[in-house]
Amino acid sequence: MFTKRIIPCLDVNNGRVVKGVNFVDLKDAGDPVTVGEAYGKAGADELVFLDITASSDARATKIDMVRRVAETVFIPFTVGGGIRTVEDFKLILREGADKVAVNSAAIKNPQLISEAAMKFGSQCVVVAIDAKRRKDGSGFTIYKNGGRIDMGIDAIEWAIEADRLGAGEILLTSMDCDGTKNGYDIELTRTVSDNVSIPVIASGGAGKLEHFKEAFIEGNADAVLAASLFHYKELEISEVKDYLDKEGISVRKS
Amino acid sequence: MIAIVDYDAGNIKSVEKALAHLGEECITTRVPDEIYTADKIILPGVGAFGDAMKKLEDSGLADVIKNAALNGTPLLGICLGLQLMFESSSEAEGVSGLGILKGKILAIPPKEGYKIPHMGWNSISIKSDSRLFKDIPQNSYVYFVHSYYLKAESEEDVAASTEYIVHIHAAVEHDNIFACQFHPEKSGDTGLKILKNFCCL
Repeated sequence: MFTKRIIPCLDVNNGRVVKGVNFVDLKDAGDPVTVGEAYGKAGADELVFLDITASSDARATKIDMVRRVAETVFIPFTVGGGIRTVEDFKLILREGADKVAVNSAAIKNPQLISEAAMKFGSQCVVVAIDAKRRKDGSGFTIYKNGGRIDMGIDAIEWAIEADRLGAGEILLTSMDCDGTKNGYDIELTRTVSDNVSIPVIASGGAGKLEHFKEAFIEGNADAVLAASLFHYKELEISEVKDYLDKEGISVRKS
Repeated sequence: MIAIVDYDAGNIKSVEKALAHLGEECITTRVPDEIYTADKIILPGVGAFGDAMKKLEDSGLADVIKNAALNGTPLLGICLGLQLMFESSSEAEGVSGLGILKGKILAIPPKEGYKIPHMGWNSISIKSDSRLFKDIPQNSYVYFVHSYYLKAESEEDVAASTEYIVHIHAAVEHDNIFACQFHPEKSGDTGLKILKNFCCL
């Protein structure tokens, strides 16, 4: 049975996990390797590492982290944040990451998507989209640079374009819902998912068990991402999976 | 010593790291002698069938792999590596595969409500006497990423199968030849156990 995926997201700065992770018995809750391994054991289907390092040696610390994570984490993982070139893709994939997420650089230069897909295969190109509802209710617009700059581009159109250029997956974050714990943006998720041929990961807003079900059933998401909810152990991955299983949604249970 | 065939086709590092984690000695190489003298050979791969076959042919590695297989060296193909071991693929019409086993690689047909590639965790139905899946429970989950799938000529060769739009031959086993469409190196403890089974043959 093909399953829906549950993906914890870890923010990393200078090689350290930023938001504290409340796992019991973690020797170093700031170490991406330790945290990644713990999530693997806890039943995560994949991991996303979002590197927010701004320093000049950002690339080197990122690659070092990927190398170390790949030594102990044997589930798929994605690395995003500060990816600008095909060379960045190469360095990260070479060290053992499975997918690379691009956001701002792909908006600036959409050909990056097709070049990376041609060179490394679509399966490793994740296009991250930060979307926000327009005030006039006419749909969603995309932002770049961590949600600071309104690009004035329609989110649905951009997702369709990313699919056409060869993206393998869309990581779709609702800026309106992110951090609210009021649930994923179902309309956004559903509209994007129904308009692209590739998997969509819903992100932003998870607060309780029902939200996961909504994202899959009503939002038609293929995977869901959550961060603080898991980090602070408000919900455990196994709890979410037990619930979804009971609700008739197929998940991987070991 | 296990030789991982290096032909510039992606994700080799993950296989190397998984073997290191299992305490297995391995070498990533394209040197024929190192492949011929290895106890076992792994043919990994991510990417396109046509490009990969061209690289294997141009480098002479295609013949090295075929000869080693004929000599009885245990060989494990992973993902694209599985596909390359068969006769042909609809991804690259007119291109011959290694032809070590009989069967064809076909495109997963589109279907309403399904995304392609088949990307994520799916359960496998395992043939009971399989050596590769020794002590792996029935319906275990493994990680797949592919748009083309294997239809082996002989059901006898199929060690595990899965369902996604179509019936997919997920793993094969024939004498010294083994292959998985999924990624054991990314399938958590189940995947590591499968790799360990291959290493312990």
